[in-house]
Amino acid sequence: MEKFEKLTSVAAPLPLINVDTDMIIPARFLKTIKRTGLGTDLFSTLRFNEDGSDREDFVLNQAAYKDAEVLVTGENFGCGSSREHAPWALMDFGIKCVIAPSFADIFYNNSFKNGMLLIKLPPEDMAKLMEDAERGANATVTVDLEAQEITGPDGGLIKFEIDAFKKHCLLNGLDDIGLTLQKDEKIDAFEEQQNAAHPW
Amino acid sequence: MSKATTLYDKIWNAHIVDEQDDGTCLVYIDRHLVHEVTSPQAFEGLRDSGRKVRRADKTLAVADHNVPTTDRSAGIENEESRIQVEALEKNCADFGVELYSMDDIRQGICHVVGPEQGFTLPGTTLVCGDSHTATHGAFGAMAFGIGTSEVEHTLATQTLLLTKCRNMRVTINGALPASVTAKDLILAVIGKIGTAGGTGAAIEFTGEAFQSLSMEGRMTVCNMTIEGGARVGMFAPDETTFEYLKGRPKSPKGGAWELAVEYWKTLKTDEGAVFDEEIVMEAADIKPQVTWGTSPEDVTTIDGHVPNPADEPDEFRRNKMERSLEYMGLEAGTPMKDIKIDTVFIGSCTNSRLEDMRAAAEVAKGRKVADGVRTLVVPGSGLIKELAEQEGLDKIFIEAGFDWREAGCSMCLAMNDDKLVAGERSASTSNRNFEGRQGPGGRTHLVSPAMAAAAAIAGHLTDVSDLD
Repeated sequence: MEKFEKLTSVAAPLPLINVDTDMIIPARFLKTIKRTGLGTDLFSTLRFNEDGSDREDFVLNQAAYKDAEVLVTGENFGCGSSREHAPWALMDFGIKCVIAPSFADIFYNNSFKNGMLLIKLPPEDMAKLMEDAERGANATVTVDLEAQEITGPDGGLIKFEIDAFKKHCLLNGLDDIGLTLQKDEKIDAFEEQQNAAHPW
Repeated sequence: MSKATTLYDKIWNAHIVDEQDDGTCLVYIDRHLVHEVTSPQAFEGLRDSGRKVRRADKTLAVADHNVPTTDRSAGIENEESRIQVEALEKNCADFGVELYSMDDIRQGICHVVGPEQGFTLPGTTLVCGDSHTATHGAFGAMAFGIGTSEVEHTLATQTLLLTKCRNMRVTINGALPASVTAKDLILAVIGKIGTAGGTGAAIEFTGEAFQSLSMEGRMTVCNMTIEGGARVGMFAPDETTFEYLKGRPKSPKGGAWELAVEYWKTLKTDEGAVFDEEIVMEAADIKPQVTWGTSPEDVTTIDGHVPNPADEPDEFRRNKMERSLEYMGLEAGTPMKDIKIDTVFIGSCTNSRLEDMRAAAEVAKGRKVADGVRTLVVPGSGLIKELAEQEGLDKIFIEAGFDWREAGCSMCLAMNDDKLVAGERSASTSNRNFEGRQGPGGRTHLVSPAMAAAAAIAGHLTDVSDLD
């Protein structure tokens, strides 16, 4: 997994609530056996007209935001299905950080497993960030995970909270499976005890 | 005396392998269901790192999302779908995982197959790369959906790194009114708490209305827990649970069965246990439900109307409502019963079990599908299809003009050929009415099986009691 330390980027505003994983990547694009290449179909319905041309009203199609690495959006982002294709598609497109008032649980977990940083902020901070984001190409933000700070275009600082273990894994690009396998003996012991108590 | 704990606390505590200083726990996973869409990249990860499946004996695979629900003798025509199903077959063969292939009568939707085979048991931790894994909580299991990275983690280690959920309890007092089904109960709950109301929570369902439900009904309720934001939904196991499980192929047998039941009877919330959040509703207040928008929280009663965004004070919510109504092609104030439908889908991991088939057939019996309405009746597994046919339900459906199909996920998420075209409107027994969920531009109204069958007969949304 790639490390996440600090990034500076334009932030794209997507002021919608309950953006579900079918919106992020519709089910018809899940027929892949790979993790890569899903960025092409990210937000497919919002992004493209029926003839495949770009919808000009969609934020990531606008020149100022085409290269945005940060997405600023509404509450309960990522609700719905457990498809990890949702964070894969966002990351494949180039989004490395999503900021919202709240996220759905499974999407939240899936994102961190792929090195994407999700930040939850209270409404007043969200309102300021959304306003900044709407200023376009000149309004870059810097997200510093170590310091747990977002620096706005006018130098304003927003602090954010994050689970210590998730932060540690992201900063160091750690693979969960490798960490867990170091606890192999504990898993063996658990299995032995469980097999004795509940042999079904 | 030890502290009073909830059902969820008990199962959680019984599965902790290791606890880190920050509270993150390594939790043992007893059962793992695998399907073709969210597993290929996990198996690829195992191969790339030279890892094995730690406990293939605790893992069961079935292809469901992509399979055709029409004649399968010629295989899968769509190349991408075929490749995904073939990849599952190869991965299961290479890693020694049991698989019910497409021509096996036990094949079906993973959340139907697990319980049907007795693979799902009370007190277990059960995961699957699918958000509707919450279904299995109906048995008093701690069951939840995971992403592909966690599928790989489970395959490699039979554990997951988790933080504990908060405890939430939803109680519905009083007897279930006639005409109100499990689907109506859970839609009413989601309407009340909202689609993010259960975020971070494990929900326990209690009260007479819930407890009187069959296992099928309990599965419908737990299945849609995720639509209220909660990963886990649970019922305490009782005689209804044991009766359902006894004699299933993978249920404990002989002495082990007696031991298991003895243990399962201890799996209930202690008196005095404290929940972080409590919701209490009265069954008598609940009527048959139907959704009007593009989130499962956008729900009203069948005798209700399409709401008016102008009445919504919150700007974000008002925008979302306006967007939903535009997408759904609906005007505020329209009576729900005036909404004409083009397609009826009866199936999905929410409502494709024998009881659901019976409920729909009862409405269909002796009636005819309205002109121009397309129908799909998709049983949840090959075994349910067989049982339904033994009861003659297939004949009732076919005589009424319904299309009786093979088992799979089908039009719930439209990954196979079963999909809505743009602008087409469905009454569907599935779980999500998201934009494009049943096909790009498709418009979904979520309802119970009886209401879906009634809509097919009437040609518009209707209450079962309004049919001639």
